Amino acid sequence: MNEPATAIEAAVAASPLHQLKDELDIVIPTIRNLDFLEMWRPFLQPYHLIIVQDGDPSKTIKVPNGFDYELYNRNDINRILGPKASCISFKDSACRCFGYMVSKKKYIFTIDDNCFVAKDPSGKAINALEQHIKNLLSPSTPFFFNTLYDPFAEGADFVRGYPFSLREGVSTAVSHGLWLNIPDYDAPTQLVKPLERNTRFVDAVLTIPKGTLFPMCGMNLAFDRQLIGPAMYFGLMGEGQPIGRYDDMWAGWCIKVICDHLGLGVKTGLPYIYHSKASNPFVNLRKEYKGIYWQEDIIPFFQQVVLPKDCTTVQKCYIELAKQVKEKLGKIDPYFDKLADAMVTWIQAWDGLNPTSASFSNGKTG
Amino acid sequence: MSLSIKDDEIDIVIGALRPDLTSFMNEWRTIFSRFHLIIVKDPDLKEELKIPEGFNLDVYKKPDIDRVVGTSTSTIFSGYSCRYFGYLVSRKKYIISVDDDCYPAKDNKGILVDAVAQHITNLTTPATPFFFNTLYDPFTEGADFVRGYPFSLRSGVQCALSCGLWLNLADYDAPTQALKPEERNSRYVDAVLTVPARTLMPISGINIAFNREVIGPALLPSLRLGGEGKFRWETMEDIWSGMCVKVVCDHLGLGVKTGMPYVWRNDRGDAIASLRKEWEGVKLMEEVVPFFQSVRLSREATTTEDCVAEVANVVKEQLGSKDPMFARAAKAMVDWVKLWKSVGSSTSSPGA
Repeated sequence: MNEPATAIEAAVAASPLHQLKDELDIVIPTIRNLDFLEMWRPFLQPYHLIIVQDGDPSKTIKVPNGFDYELYNRNDINRILGPKASCISFKDSACRCFGYMVSKKKYIFTIDDNCFVAKDPSGKAINALEQHIKNLLSPSTPFFFNTLYDPFAEGADFVRGYPFSLREGVSTAVSHGLWLNIPDYDAPTQLVKPLERNTRFVDAVLTIPKGTLFPMCGMNLAFDRQLIGPAMYFGLMGEGQPIGRYDDMWAGWCIKVICDHLGLGVKTGLPYIYHSKASNPFVNLRKEYKGIYWQEDIIPFFQQVVLPKDCTTVQKCYIELAKQVKEKLGKIDPYFDKLADAMVTWIQAWDGLNPTSASFSNGKTG
Repeated sequence: MSLSIKDDEIDIVIGALRPDLTSFMNEWRTIFSRFHLIIVKDPDLKEELKIPEGFNLDVYKKPDIDRVVGTSTSTIFSGYSCRYFGYLVSRKKYIISVDDDCYPAKDNKGILVDAVAQHITNLTTPATPFFFNTLYDPFTEGADFVRGYPFSLRSGVQCALSCGLWLNLADYDAPTQALKPEERNSRYVDAVLTVPARTLMPISGINIAFNREVIGPALLPSLRLGGEGKFRWETMEDIWSGMCVKVVCDHLGLGVKTGMPYVWRNDRGDAIASLRKEWEGVKLMEEVVPFFQSVRLSREATTTEDCVAEVANVVKEQLGSKDPMFARAAKAMVDWVKLWKSVGSSTSSPGA
């Protein structure tokens, strides 16, 4: 699918100067190529890319000219983390979280290599990163639901009955975007509805209320690395693991529990990207099928998690979570034992590469 | 409109706060005319109602209200609360209620929104309060549950309440509208979503629908501001009622949806003039919200009436001493349950 250059150029001309150019990294996992970046060029070229190359490290991934980037393949990951590299998945896009760890920026935007620029109903090209930045830089409102959705959006506000003491909101840690065309369905749904396409443009951003879990998709996601980065571990997936396609889900349940505990916000809705290619549903089914059973136990686990008051940093919350995963989910399958250990390894690796962040408390940035 | 729902299962209840309903009824004619309507005239309204021909309706005025509930009780139905009388006397399964200053809206394609059909769709498809679906209503055409949504939660629960929205004059409070006098809502958000369990929200009475058989007694006239007036900026009765309803729904495992349908709300009134009256309501919410967030109902409360009675009790105990308005509200809730049991048609079957 080729987006006509004029729509994007028009959108770029209309948007403000590139925000957060020096404070944001774009993390892209890939095993094939980065051709999709051509379409994103006008929106993304000013930003630094972190490419995490999955699969065969001897293959060369060509990055389109003009992009400023650093690229890590499996050899680099092994070299940089040593034995701790065991927590980073192989042959699964979950490896992208290595990019979060090595970044030195405050914000991360991550996108899949089969996601293209979408158009809004007026035909205008959507600058997804710009919307993510808006979402992250404006407060969230997790304690009381606003029926007009994001009260900080242009042309909206808090409705009658919304307490004034809650109108300042809290810091936004995560911005979860959506997808037009191929929706993010699981394998069974894909098999039953192979032709379904998401054509509904829902013009809203909303805060996911405190105490409510959601399925977080990693295809079109941005977050404040300083507020929540250490909790964005995408788990053990892919080669040698009994499960796949639950990496972002796992991270999503962890970050939501921690954000709820620390008083941080998670938004979902705009921006949309255009998801062009559906993965093979039969392959997906084999990857997911254990997850489909396990999530029936995992969800109640996360819904009931209580983090102690003295967990005042993301790392402390995460280590505590790992402990509870081992205690309560370990009995479902030895996989969760391994995962709990990997969660701890991840934090050690994170702190090793990001020494100053260990002292941030209560989600406030230094 | 769902084929399994018959038109005669629906009542449209309109509270008339203004006498001339001609343009209101004519604007809604194509949507309302197949249904039975209950029009309740604000007992404080002196002028005669003007209603155009061609509708199947029952009109209730002060004398009718007095006759059914007695003259001392009829005062609870003053102002916007007059509609609750309609809920009380209705014998239908579904009720849809819009304010008399709202017209049908047009969607993004310029097509007139059939608010009744959308509310009925919302009420007759399951709600999903236990886990958030990022593609919003999974039962809508062209959507489904996303990857990662537990299969055991995909059958959902019964939807008891459908909260619609408003284009043009949004339901802002007076301070907000006074600060932004020109602001009008032009954003048509093409979504319906379930409000998660234990999440509270301001439920506006301007455009609302519910399953009367399941949740009827929980929509109630009880909190009346000292300076309550005839503009929405001067009331909190629906917000209070809505908090009760949500707590009861959460306890009984029922769903509440929000989003479409939109109605077009006409400009009316002066926010600045209403400012003084509504400050009272605005301040109240600071107490009301934390209170309702902390309410936990007992296992023994298995019917809507029981739940309402328990909430009333907790209101009396925890809020009654803070402001006489709350003590009065608690009493009004208890009286309402009694009234519902004697006048309203039986809804004592469990809500879930």
